[in-house]
Amino acid sequence: MTETLLKVENLKKFFPIHGGLFGRQVGEVKAVDDISFYIKKGETLGLVGESGCGKSTTGRMLLRLLEPTQGTIEFDGQDLTKLSKEEMRKMRKEIQMVFQDPFASLNPRHTVEKILEEPLIVHGVKSKEERKKRVRELLETVGLSNWHAKRYPHQFSGGQRQRIGIARALAVHPKLIVADEPVSALDVSIQAQVLNLLQDLQKEFGLTYLFIAHDLGVVRHISDRVGVMYLGQMMELADSEALYDSPKHPYTEALLSAVPIPDVHVKKERIVLKGDVPSPANPPTGCPFHLRCPKVMGNCASVRPVFKEVEPGHYAACHLYDEQM
Amino acid sequence: MSEIVEQTQLPPSGPEVNVNQEEKTVSPWVDVWRRFRKNKAALFGAVLVSFFILLAILADLIAPYGFKETALENKHLPPSSDHWFGTDEFGRDIFSRVVYGARISLWVGFISVAGSVIVGSSLGIIAGYYGRWVDTIISRLFDILLAFPSILLAIAVVAMLGPSLQNALIAIAIINVPTFGRLVRSKVLTVKEEEYITAAKAIGMKDSRILLHHVLPNSLAPIIVQGTLAIATAIIEAAALGFLGMGAQPPTPEWGKMLADSKDFIMQAPWTVFFPGIAIMLTVLGFNLMGDGLRDALDPRMRN
Repeated sequence: MTETLLKVENLKKFFPIHGGLFGRQVGEVKAVDDISFYIKKGETLGLVGESGCGKSTTGRMLLRLLEPTQGTIEFDGQDLTKLSKEEMRKMRKEIQMVFQDPFASLNPRHTVEKILEEPLIVHGVKSKEERKKRVRELLETVGLSNWHAKRYPHQFSGGQRQRIGIARALAVHPKLIVADEPVSALDVSIQAQVLNLLQDLQKEFGLTYLFIAHDLGVVRHISDRVGVMYLGQMMELADSEALYDSPKHPYTEALLSAVPIPDVHVKKERIVLKGDVPSPANPPTGCPFHLRCPKVMGNCASVRPVFKEVEPGHYAACHLYDEQM
Repeated sequence: MSEIVEQTQLPPSGPEVNVNQEEKTVSPWVDVWRRFRKNKAALFGAVLVSFFILLAILADLIAPYGFKETALENKHLPPSSDHWFGTDEFGRDIFSRVVYGARISLWVGFISVAGSVIVGSSLGIIAGYYGRWVDTIISRLFDILLAFPSILLAIAVVAMLGPSLQNALIAIAIINVPTFGRLVRSKVLTVKEEEYITAAKAIGMKDSRILLHHVLPNSLAPIIVQGTLAIATAIIEAAALGFLGMGAQPPTPEWGKMLADSKDFIMQAPWTVFFPGIAIMLTVLGFNLMGDGLRDALDPRMRN
């Protein structure tokens, strides 16, 4: 078995809600509520879920761009949550991020060269020639040309900009890349190119990805294992094959049934959920999904199901798999 | 659109690569200059400003007389070939004094605005970027300064420091600080939410570098516009303080002071008031036109 690179335990992020005349805290949004998972070296963990389920928040907490409310993030044997600000800043060399919006994540006033050079400067590559050489190398790696270096971001298309974003993340040889919906803002034809680029890079540099997306097809294409989030909680986590072929959690089943199949002859049962996603400011008691779950049982409303292994390597948080009493 | 571009450009080793290479890279500032150039009024403003800057620099060469050369027998001469703008009550050549005055007015304008830009923007950046109590303290400070009518505040500052051109300059710098501070703060508030700032943090950049290399350059446009317009106001304020006797002291050829000294003779020798007045007007007009033009050229919503 390969080594574990990242181990997240009981991670929580609650955003306070301030209200009233004096701005007192009147509540909190449970953006991420007690999730645990691990990522092995060289693998891709996909994280799927609806908008607002806390996937991006989770990704940002790994780099401590958002401070976790509780929990531990163990990266390469080190607890990131215990590092000082300065130590964490240096640690970001190891964990990099690719952003969703390639138009917003590149500084419009910097040339591509400057954008790619900056992580090198920040992490102490002193010699100018060395940096220039690395920039050329990076551009080549992501399928751009040398002469692109002198250009500004607005002169590129979305796909090209995303390549620049990826090159920037690669610049300092990170071990883990958190890709926060890296293809959601791109045209479908470009999505495939960028996904393939990410996969090629993974093979070439032995990268580990946390791949956040809401597109189940995309996640299946790229991930070794997939975690499904709902309302800030991890509902199910398993190998992609296992998850897509035999989902354990009713929420995953419903989610998968919503994926269109490009074949007019296949008839499938579509599980239509009733109601809307509850507000994370006021999540339901017990299982967060019980209000909409087609298989709801007696104790779902009162007891939060434990996230546990229901089959080897297949985790789910659902009372369906409680030991029979 | 992006799809087509993508398909034609993506194979990096395609034959059309070399064609693309010829395409010129345009820096954002070159773009701004192109747009500015199209604006006739702004260009006229820039010409006026350059004209006065040249006057100021070359004053020694241009002015036919010294600015404190008195000749009482030549008192109140009307404009002539000897004295283009006439002479004042001490027989000093008004043209020479107006030319030297450009030096003083522009110096006051530039230096006082530079001072308020530096202090105001630093405070504004810190307030906007760090937020919370830092922001509260700095913002309330600006509120206090803004609660005074600006010219009264300037007079109060000069009254404390004593009347002189230098103190007038300091006073003008102080009253402009909150304007820049607020402007920069609000701009920083929007810029810091941009994803490239998050990206910069994710890379592992220090706050100082993020502020200097990312936040500041992207907040520069409104500072430049406001700075240009503020020079105009500063020149007027310096003239006003001079007029009230709280700025430049005689025999300094400050335009406002020249107006004040000549106001009693406005009926007998109108040229003594007319020329310094027109100089103030033209400089201020120049800066205002240029500022408006810069605003249009820098405004991202105008971009196509």
